[in-house]
Amino acid sequence: MAPNINPLIIFLASIITSNMVLSNFLGMCSYLSVSSEYKTANGLGMAVTLVLVLTTVLNWAVYTYVILPLEIVYLQYIIFIMVIAALVQILEMGMDRYTPDLHAKLGIFLPLITVNCAILGVTLFMVIRHYNFIQSLLFALGSGLGWWLAINMLAAIREKMANVKLPPGLKGPGLSFIITGIMAMAFIGFSGIFTIQ
Amino acid sequence: MSEKPRDIIKRNLFSENQVLRGILGICSSLAVTNTMKNSLVMGLGLSFVTALSSLTLSAMRNAIPHRVRMLVQTLVIAVYVIFVDLLLQAYLPDISKQLGPYVGLIITNCIIMGRAEAYAQKNPPVPSMLDGLFAGLGYTLVLMIISLIREVLGFGSIFGMNVNLIGFETWTIMIMPPAAFFIIGGLIWWLSARAAKKAALTGE
Repeated sequence: MAPNINPLIIFLASIITSNMVLSNFLGMCSYLSVSSEYKTANGLGMAVTLVLVLTTVLNWAVYTYVILPLEIVYLQYIIFIMVIAALVQILEMGMDRYTPDLHAKLGIFLPLITVNCAILGVTLFMVIRHYNFIQSLLFALGSGLGWWLAINMLAAIREKMANVKLPPGLKGPGLSFIITGIMAMAFIGFSGIFTIQ
Repeated sequence: MSEKPRDIIKRNLFSENQVLRGILGICSSLAVTNTMKNSLVMGLGLSFVTALSSLTLSAMRNAIPHRVRMLVQTLVIAVYVIFVDLLLQAYLPDISKQLGPYVGLIITNCIIMGRAEAYAQKNPPVPSMLDGLFAGLGYTLVLMIISLIREVLGFGSIFGMNVNLIGFETWTIMIMPPAAFFIIGGLIWWLSARAAKKAALTGE
């Protein structure tokens, strides 16, 4: 049932042409609120990529081996959300215990990530498009890297623009949206190279 | 505490509009706004979920232990979202297909959680429901404005009806993602400039 698309194409397309933020509008909340500083944005991007890959793989397994055989597709949202919340919790505890350095760096972002729509969004896209295991893995990795790239770009631009004199009212979210719009336009330029859906 | 129903409505639709003033629920509000029909269905679906989850959570507010309240909130919201999703699949299968994952993503929409935390937590059920309902309708209002601009300029139509009487060239960019960012950015800019001016007039 899996579509016949080369997983590498899915990987590249999900970074560039089907970027989570710039073309699917996912994970906007934290993308806007945590992008005023490059360093923090970078940490969040890393954490999102990590969680995205782990949850998508786990949700793929849960969907294929639990939800489908038991025919409880109507419960999928609850199950996916639970898997994500539990995984983030375990990850945070594990990091705290075994890699305190990494925990100090990424720990504060982890609770934020549970409600990041990009995480649930990637899982739902994967289910709707019937990806197989390898496709899902690369799709999640690409989506995470794409999200990371987008938030880093926005944070870098916002840092550069911190002292620019702006018209009243534009400072803050208004400006971030317009910057993002211009970034999205630039990314459309790649759309001839490879596209998925 | 004794906020009049009229004030709840006005606050949620205009002065504290969740999308434009609170910058919440952006994820889905941009993705579905390329046609007005999708926006309307999405907005009504969200209003339904927000109203009922605020009602339920407010009714249960004294029974939920503080520590697990996030979990309970998410579960309650998820139940109503499943309800909306099944209804859409049964009665509006085309729109359901077009909205795709964004119906399920209502669960992670910050507006619902925000209303549950900020209002339903401390207020009785009926005002909470009203608050949730109009927070959702405020979201619908913004969606309709954005999608009106995008559909008229991008497809030359309103609700799928052709209004392109003078036969202008439709703007393809309007149905693509960047336009959504520009329009919402412009709206936010306009509103906060207006709020700043008002604050300056009334004397800081």
